[in-house]
Formats: sequence, C-alpha cells, structure tokens
Amino acid sequence: MSSEPFSLWVYLSQSPLLWLSVTLLVYAFADAFSLWTHRHPFANPVLHSMWIIGVFLKLTDTSYTTYFSGAQFVHFLLGPATVALAVPLYENRKVVASAILPMLVALAAGSVTAVGSVVLLAEAFGLPREVVLAMAPKSVTAGVAMGISESLHADPSLTAVAVILTGILGAITVTPLMNRMGIKDFRARGFAVGIAAHGIGTARAFQVDAVAGVFAGIAMSLNALVTSLLVPLAVTFLLR
Amino acid sequence: MIASLSLILLCQLAGEAFVRGLGLPVPGPVIGLMLLLFLLLLRDRFAVLARGPLQGDGVESVSRGLLANLSLLFVPAGVGVVQKLDLIVDHGIAFLGVLVISVLITLLVTVATFLVASRLLTRESEP
Repeated sequence: MSSEPFSLWVYLSQSPLLWLSVTLLVYAFADAFSLWTHRHPFANPVLHSMWIIGVFLKLTDTSYTTYFSGAQFVHFLLGPATVALAVPLYENRKVVASAILPMLVALAAGSVTAVGSVVLLAEAFGLPREVVLAMAPKSVTAGVAMGISESLHADPSLTAVAVILTGILGAITVTPLMNRMGIKDFRARGFAVGIAAHGIGTARAFQVDAVAGVFAGIAMSLNALVTSLLVPLAVTFLLR
Repeated sequence: MIASLSLILLCQLAGEAFVRGLGLPVPGPVIGLMLLLFLLLLRDRFAVLARGPLQGDGVESVSRGLLANLSLLFVPAGVGVVQKLDLIVDHGIAFLGVLVISVLITLLVTVATFLVASRLLTRESEP
C-alpha cells in the first residue's frame, strides 16, 4: 500500500503527459502574474517559468531528456510560429513597406554591433577563446546560433545558454531603456529588440505593442540571415 | 483550424526542403514565412485563391493564436539553460557581464540608427 503513490509517481514521471502539463501550468501562472503586474519587464513569463520548472526538475531528480519528452510538443511549435509571423507582417505591410530603408540600415548597424560587441568585450574580459566563439552568434534564434557555433567548432550547448540569456536580458531591459531614452517610435523599439534579443525579445515586443512585434519579427528573421554570414567574417577579423 | 494549421506546416515544410536541398545557411521557417506572406498577397490579387484556410480569417486567426503565446514556446529551451547553469558558473560573472553590456549596446545602436535613418530618408522625400 505504501509503495503505491511511489509507483504512480514513477509511472507518471516517465510519461510526456506530466511534463507537458507542468510546462503549460507553470507558464499559465507565470503569464497570469505578468498580466497582473501589467506586463512589468521583470515579471517576464519565460524567465519565471524556466527557473520554477528547473527547480522542480532538480527536486524530483528528473533528467532534461525525460522533461523534454513532454515539452517537445511545445518546443516544436517554434517553427510554425515563425511562419505565422507572416500574418502580422501582411496586416501591417503598408507600415513595413514605408520603413524598408531605415530597416535595412538599422539591420546592418545592429547585426555588426551584436556580433562585434560580444566578441570584443569577451576578449577584453579575458574569456577563453572557445567561450568567445560560442558567444559570437548569441543574438540570433537558438537553432541558427547553434549551427553557426558548430561550424566554428565551438560548444553549441554553451551557445544555447548565451542565446537564451541574451533573449531574456533583452526582453527585460528594452522597455525601461527605451522609456528612459524617450523613444516613442514603436517601429524602432521593436526592430531593436528583434535584432538584439531574437524570439524572446519579439515575444516581449508583441506584449507591448502590435507594431513593435511586427518589426521585431522582421528584425529577428533578417538578423538570422545576416549573422550566419557575419560571424565567420567577424571571427577572422577580430580574433587573431 | 486544422486546414489553417496544415497550411502553416506545409509552408514550413516547403521552406525546410528548399533550404536543405540547396544547402543554404537560412532557417527553413523563415523561408516558410516568406511563402505564407506571398500566398496572402497573391490571394488579394486573385480571388480564385481565397479558399479553405485562405478565406475569411482562417490562417490569420490561427497565426494570431500561435503568436499570442510566443513566450510559452521558449520555455522548454529555457529550462535546458537552467540545467546547464554550471557552464556559466565556470566562466564566472564575466560571461553574464559581457552579455548584458552587449545587449544594451546593440539595442541603443539599432534604435538610434533606425531613428536617424528614418528621419533623414523621410526628409529627403519631402521637397
């Protein structure tokens, strides 16, 4: 009798159902909290969901592989969600078309800054070479960044850590920073966070303003293209 | 809803096939995005195409639903990062410091460039 709850746990903890439910439930609470704080930057739902689930996995001694067997259904939707960005882009096509030139200029400046600043700073802070290489593509979406990192023979899992942290840092800092600078152009604000903080920044932009979200989505997509070409160049020129 | 979701998946599938086939350094879903945008624009020009998911608010409403919960989709990857915190501890505060400064610089440079460029280019077009 006493072993029954335990065997039930053993059964459930190995099933995708439990971990999918945990992911959705924790996120639902984190998102409700974020709404309750009127989308305060520090109440970021991704940030709070990930540490709460992380602690839960630690306490229950569950491996990430087991967790991911359930969470993969959510993770899978990242691809379709990227395709879905076509819809807000289509709906705001007039605003976007009128801003094509500023976008291209800002894309060039932003991509170069994102890659250049992290490589130079990491060197200046005395981080080892393999860490610098793994950090270089940190401003693009995780799948692309890990591919770039692999092609440089760096550690893709360290790249994934840098990418996610960058996204969260961008999502937290963008609103206070832009408000303090008095920038009210939501096209520019969205575009900047899409360049600096990829999808997590884009998700934040959609929370703040629809137009900001559209521009962030465009910036994120374009930056993925530019950065995959830029990182190998930057690494050759900036690191000797 | 199923037809709309299928259309989105088909766009992604075509994008992945295109990228893999040609060995391009581009994420497949980004090509899928362009494909769906192209379909939506084409539908406005040719009424024949306004069928299934492309009629009414089909693919639009499913897409909006996906994007409304975009944050959720990053949670599984984020949890993976929590598991790898020892990687950050190894490299100390410098790792985090570099990321913070780089993000702030990137945000400022991009937003400033966008604003300056948009001001200069609109002024040119107005005589």
